Amino acid sequence: MTARLVVEDLRVRYPTPSRVVDAVRGVSFAVSREKVGLVGESGSGKSTVGRAILRLIQKPGEISARVLSFDGIDILSASDATMRELRGRRIAMVMQDPKFSLNPVMTVGRQIREAWRAHARGGRHAAERKALEVLEAVKIRDPERVYRCYPHEISGGMGQRVMIAMMLVADPDLLIADEPTSALDVTVQMQVLAILDDLVTSRGLGLIFISHDLNLVASFCDRVLIMYAGRVVETCAADRLNDAAHPYTRGLLAALPQVDREPGPLPVLERDPAWLDG
Amino acid sequence: MLTLDALDVRFGSFHAVRAVGFELPAGGSFGLVGESGSGKTTVLRAVAGLIQDWSGRIVVDDEVQGATRSRHFHRTVQMVFQDPYGSLHPRHTVDRTLAEPLRIHGRSEVGPRVEAALRAVGLGPAFRYRYPHQLSGGQRQRVAIARALMLEPRLLLLDEPTSSLDVSVQAEILNLLRRLREERGLTFLFVSHNLAVIAQMCDRVAIMNQGRIVETAPVAALRRGALHEPYARQLLAASKGYDRAAANALTTYD
Repeated sequence: MTARLVVEDLRVRYPTPSRVVDAVRGVSFAVSREKVGLVGESGSGKSTVGRAILRLIQKPGEISARVLSFDGIDILSASDATMRELRGRRIAMVMQDPKFSLNPVMTVGRQIREAWRAHARGGRHAAERKALEVLEAVKIRDPERVYRCYPHEISGGMGQRVMIAMMLVADPDLLIADEPTSALDVTVQMQVLAILDDLVTSRGLGLIFISHDLNLVASFCDRVLIMYAGRVVETCAADRLNDAAHPYTRGLLAALPQVDREPGPLPVLERDPAWLDG
Repeated sequence: MLTLDALDVRFGSFHAVRAVGFELPAGGSFGLVGESGSGKTTVLRAVAGLIQDWSGRIVVDDEVQGATRSRHFHRTVQMVFQDPYGSLHPRHTVDRTLAEPLRIHGRSEVGPRVEAALRAVGLGPAFRYRYPHQLSGGQRQRVAIARALMLEPRLLLLDEPTSSLDVSVQAEILNLLRRLREERGLTFLFVSHNLAVIAQMCDRVAIMNQGRIVETAPVAALRRGALHEPYARQLLAASKGYDRAAANALTTYD
């Protein structure tokens, strides 16, 4: 039985002096050994869902849910020690931009060693071996060289692979990737996705892929959740996205320029207030 | 309208643009597409006069350009930048931003022209005295487009004008640019990393890699997938979404 994330009626709210902002309003889904895409425009709440799963919502933000559990552990009531054990070790997160997420004054090797030693026992040599092993797992051609590099000495695509390597070192069961390839060129993006794809297959990882890019998510994931204003308005099998029924999903697809479409004005999304609740 | 011939740009020892040449007829829309570091934006900045050290020939409107740009050049050519958060002065109102080019060029009827420009980009007069932080990303980009249009230029240099916008807002801005081009007979030099946006907005496209144009094609050929150069084909395949087989076939073209 694989570890499974269950989210039911997840809500995140931020009380501000003037009003309460409901960032996530009743999101439900489950993830096991599969690639699930969370798609939406800015402000739709997709990243907040990713952070809420790891209980990384800063005060005064509040999380509530009917069920929020991973492998039977209730995330909302778990102790801080249990959460520390869960974060990184069992559920890892990859952020958008390696430039801002890697420590600029620490070599790549040392950062990966540090990540490993936070979760496992072992000496420096064991850590070094493990670090080189994960760098190889993300298909870095010369792991020994990259191990000794500082983040500014490697390219963006390489940096993103290093971030993924750092997550892998603790051998998690679920990976939350928040726009992991948005800062990358399309060909590099493709290579990084191939690595994620292989990891899901070979290690039996679950993957939550958060992105604004509907086409990319549809081509990469198994299932897609479309978010609008803090709610999931539609869930589709990725290969059936063209059969999407919700007007928001259809509007987004229509507004997206396509290489093979005849030129002409693009259909513009008319936002219907009813989508906020329906 | 614009002719480039053997354009070369070096930054120290880095050869950013190598022998780039193309011709852009008046009323045309030419797309420059490539990945980061391919030199596409550098070409645009060299045309705009924002880069000093270039060699080759830049001819705008039958006028051979040198190290500096004339006032006439700035009335003919204007630029829209990628990031509307960075390209508008945070402490100038929309009114001041739009009026500045008019004052510099000694135009009269500043007020009515500002209002007309706002209307043309789909913003009401209510936006005139707002600051950039009071606008959404799409509204800011509309202001940046309005500013570029204040002097009624004929050539617009567009540097990834929708890359930092959501898909739905991108569609609105692309439609706005298309409409303005039709109404005013503008010529576009459009830089983007996104082949789909170029396919939507241009009639010819040049694919750049490592500072060179590797292939120039009519956009109709791009739509049919009829590109020939290996790097161009790879870029086209990669921009169609994730495909495991295509990922395996990727090569580095240095």
